[in-house]
Amino acid sequence: MRNLMIVAGKEFRDGLRNRWVLAITLVFGLLAIGLAYFGAAASGQVGFTRVSTTIVSLSSLAVFLIPLIALMLAYDSIVGEDEQGTLLLLLTYPMSRVEILAGKFLGHAAILGVSTLVGFGVAGAVIAAFGSVELLGELVAALALFILSAMLLGWAFIGFAYLISVSVAEKSRAAGIALVVWFFFVIVYDLALLGVLVGTGGEVSEGLFHTLLLLNPTDIFRIVNLTFFEAARTQAGLASIGADAAFHPALLLGTLLAWVAVPLGLALWIFRRREI
Amino acid sequence: MTQPVIEMRSVGKRFGKLTALDEVSLTLGEGEVLGLMGHNGAGKSTSMKLILGLIRPTSGELRVFGHDPGGAAANDLRLRLGYLPENVQFYEQLSGFEVLDYFARLKRIGRGVVEPLLERVGLGHAMHRRVKTYSKGMRQRLGLAQALIGEPRLMLLDEPTVGLDPMATRDFYGMVDELRGRGVSVILCSHVLPGVERHIDRAAILGEGRMLASGSIDELREAADLPLVVRLRTPRAAESLAESLRPHGVLARVAGDGRLELKVPVRAKMAVLRELMADPETADLDLEPPTLESLYAHFDGTLRDRAESTPAPAPAFDAREGVSA
Repeated sequence: MRNLMIVAGKEFRDGLRNRWVLAITLVFGLLAIGLAYFGAAASGQVGFTRVSTTIVSLSSLAVFLIPLIALMLAYDSIVGEDEQGTLLLLLTYPMSRVEILAGKFLGHAAILGVSTLVGFGVAGAVIAAFGSVELLGELVAALALFILSAMLLGWAFIGFAYLISVSVAEKSRAAGIALVVWFFFVIVYDLALLGVLVGTGGEVSEGLFHTLLLLNPTDIFRIVNLTFFEAARTQAGLASIGADAAFHPALLLGTLLAWVAVPLGLALWIFRRREI
Repeated sequence: MTQPVIEMRSVGKRFGKLTALDEVSLTLGEGEVLGLMGHNGAGKSTSMKLILGLIRPTSGELRVFGHDPGGAAANDLRLRLGYLPENVQFYEQLSGFEVLDYFARLKRIGRGVVEPLLERVGLGHAMHRRVKTYSKGMRQRLGLAQALIGEPRLMLLDEPTVGLDPMATRDFYGMVDELRGRGVSVILCSHVLPGVERHIDRAAILGEGRMLASGSIDELREAADLPLVVRLRTPRAAESLAESLRPHGVLARVAGDGRLELKVPVRAKMAVLRELMADPETADLDLEPPTLESLYAHFDGTLRDRAESTPAPAPAFDAREGVSA
């Protein structure tokens, strides 16, 4: 346990040092403030828009960005150390493989978690201070849910990154697979689902369709943030079908948490069994 | 001596169809320095990983400090172990101090040891610079400092002198001697280790997963029966000298620098030397026993001869060649 924290601490400090934390925080913060301010530019006005519009447009952009950042952050976590020879060395130290992998995951999760919290949190404070927010409580609640779900989404993709990282022997291959994983979950899956829906003339059973939505962490993230606003339903595309189903937020967040645990658990399982 | 530090009894390791190690036996006592030699794929790395407990043998018995290195006692054993992997690249963005501090804490040692260790390997002046700026030799020294964390009782050093300049190599061997003096057992693993003869107690030569030869340098010299080389400055002609020394089985030829070079069988060494010393025309002579390098080449060569002279190779041998091809 002690060694796990040492590994996690080093990983986090690396994130601070090579500016990952700063870069992600800035991207998230600027994205949120920019969308809040220029979100209504299309309808001919500049200035802070309604909280619901901001969160909805933010979540539809973040759903592309967060998985990509998470995969880029962590795809080389194990395979990178393997290539430079430090993994072999770490394995000869008095700690288990679980401690190595879980420690590194914790460090990466902290990098993304802190950046998400600070980036979007500061943006929320700016919106609250300069925008004409009528219901401060609504903003806080919506933003809190958004940040929580964004963190879980990021951690789920860090989990994927670890799964990739323990399964391949070369960094470049891990990067390639990470890109494919991103493409599949963020773009292909929804298109395929839409295709099925259109192809069958909407004959897919509602229960099956809802299950299919839960099988993609990015869709869960979308639904969580859409269901929060009644008003947003009309402009949300595919995920609004899920919103209609009135998934309970706790179920959605729980499923998202499972999406963090399953890839990470698989990565641990592979890493423990792997011959060096 | 009570208990050997390492005890390998006919240990074998297979990876699927590939036999990486075949019936290898080896013991290492306290304060002994062993040179483990062999070309790539000879089984050096597999042996190291077995001793480190990273992989388990498929057959035979292996004990390190009396315990199974991959078993329940692994974490305790690892506190007593120092390892320098081949070609390790430390975290480039950290300083030498930070790298060593990280590894020291993972070994449950306070950071008080970090600075003295870095001073000891001669990196004191550069300890707060990033590893990115280090030369190959400095990185190798950092790796050594890492292996020395926590005063290990057994050290496994893979290609330790690669990238070191002659002075640093000498310092390194000085450190090995010092460790041996304190009862630390050391395994030096390499393709070739020029000048290492004086610093090791024993050498083990691996080839294609098998132990080709092992023993002290003297034992290996005896087993190999390689001739000594005597370089001689004398006005005498090579032919006449060769003629007079022929009964001893000596071969003579003119070396490039105008000296005569004699190949003397080990058993005739004293007789030949007496004769040469008695000759008033002998102006100067140099004596060169077979180096570890030539012994290695000899034993490695016997492996190749065996392979070539066997018209129908044994099935096991065939399979191995099939994989390496």
